[in-house]
Amino acid sequence: MHKPSQNRLNTYAAHGALMLYTLIALFPVFVIVMNSFKTRKAIFREPLALPDGDSFSLIGYETVLKQGDFFLYFQNSMIVTVGSLFFILLFGAMAAFALAEYRFKGNMIMGLYLALGIMIPIRIGTVAILELMVQTGLVNTLWALILVYTAQGLPLAVFILSEFMRQVSDELKDAGRIDGLSEYRIFFRLVLPLVRPAMATVAVFNMIPIWNDLWFPLILAPAEEVKTLTLGSQVFIGQFVTDWNAVLSALSLAILPVMALYIIFSRQLIRGITSGAVK
Amino acid sequence: MAKHPNRKQFRWHIIIFLMPAVLVYTTVMIYPLLATLWLSLFTEVDQTRVFVGLENFKTLFGESVWSDQFWNALVNNLWFFIIHMLVQNPIGIVLAAILSQSKLRFSSVYRSAIFVPTILSFVIVGFAWKLILSPIWGIAPGLLDAIGLKVLYAPWLGKEASALTALSLISVWQFVGIPMMLIYAALLSIPEEILEAAEVDGITGWSAFFKIKLPLILPSIGIISILTFVANFNAFDLIYAAQGALAGPDFSTDILGTFMYRTFFGFQLQLGDPHMGSAIASAMFGIILVGVCVYLFGIQSRMRRYQF
Repeated sequence: MHKPSQNRLNTYAAHGALMLYTLIALFPVFVIVMNSFKTRKAIFREPLALPDGDSFSLIGYETVLKQGDFFLYFQNSMIVTVGSLFFILLFGAMAAFALAEYRFKGNMIMGLYLALGIMIPIRIGTVAILELMVQTGLVNTLWALILVYTAQGLPLAVFILSEFMRQVSDELKDAGRIDGLSEYRIFFRLVLPLVRPAMATVAVFNMIPIWNDLWFPLILAPAEEVKTLTLGSQVFIGQFVTDWNAVLSALSLAILPVMALYIIFSRQLIRGITSGAVK
Repeated sequence: MAKHPNRKQFRWHIIIFLMPAVLVYTTVMIYPLLATLWLSLFTEVDQTRVFVGLENFKTLFGESVWSDQFWNALVNNLWFFIIHMLVQNPIGIVLAAILSQSKLRFSSVYRSAIFVPTILSFVIVGFAWKLILSPIWGIAPGLLDAIGLKVLYAPWLGKEASALTALSLISVWQFVGIPMMLIYAALLSIPEEILEAAEVDGITGWSAFFKIKLPLILPSIGIISILTFVANFNAFDLIYAAQGALAGPDFSTDILGTFMYRTFFGFQLQLGDPHMGSAIASAMFGIILVGVCVYLFGIQSRMRRYQF
């Protein structure tokens, strides 16, 4: 049907197009990281050359680590991300179990109510969220961020997890009930372990947007001791805008943790997206 | 479904399973959303809240001090969305079509690499591109020079006429991975038999793509469009990171998100006004709601779904 030569030409064209786009996607990241290891002179004289013996310098990193409290920012981001994921998964799985497992009055309506938030961005309510946090004294605490991200992540988590929980066999749960397990034990011991892959998908979907968010840290927790890495690097770069070494190093330091997360979780993430978890 | 022998007993566990999620979701998301819509009907006079009905909206849409900014932000936001629809989604579809060819080697490497910008924060993306496009550093002019197009170079982010388009394209660069992945998944779910049947009829290559695959992935394209719409009309971070809260030069990159931020949080000498901020948020809510409804009732319900 196909002429082999034409087929090969097609393959070359496909690789050519993909390589070109890969280059476009990675080039800016590469340029930033590479230049962060160079002296100021070399950054400007030959921006596209790799650092060598002459041009290698860590001066930017020294400035960043001296001036900015990046370890603190990193720790804050870590606490917020891990804390939010914990609550999204725990509360989301519990609600998903209730919706998937039991028939009760208002099940449908509760499901729809929780699903509303999939399409409506939580940012629309920022003005009142700020007032709420001021009234409860949570402004400038990491709890404010954890609560907001938990609320933001729950709708999709409940939606995805309840789809998966409907597939857990009834025999297994009924066997547990006959053995006298309470409903809580059935949930924690029997069902949760079986939906672990779906939990991982939900976690990976939520992780990166939470880590990268700038809006809520800027509004709810701008104080120095609760700054997240994203906000911290934004402020730092804003202050050091003329110190190119410092800016490039700060950018590279901000890229590092997300890249590490991505390399660890990319298979999970891509499998999650392509398995059609979001439909 | 589970059977419950003693139906009369109240099933407390259902409440306990639902409560934490419903509580957090209601207090931190639904209540503030409604409260924001409610707040837009008030204003502050001598430090007390006064009900003014729709006055704020009249000011926002009609009084030129506010309405000029509002319409400017809305039009800019529309342009931001149009660029995403015209550039991001077609590129995503083409990349997915190439990637989904069977027996293509390294396809998972390409996929992971093209997705990298999507995971970076707006702060990184905004500053990285600002530096690369900067006339001081000279990477962009240098590259254009290398392919003989140096005349085309201009400090795009600094010019009123091109700054918004440049930022939209940066955002496209960042998010092309998402349509690519979703379309890729949709293409893989098309059964082999259909494509083989088409091949027997002599439909192969690009004509198979346009005649068979494209109609089958239309629902996914619909989902991508609505996701893009919601994300674009809610965008803020990239503009703030690259151009600051003033969305310069001269507000040419101002979109609804940055306009709302400036209004309710205040900037420089202007004091924050939570009530006008709520009015802008309510307008954004309305726009997003209209978009979602058009999608749900106008597009999704009319689309034919194929069962395999």
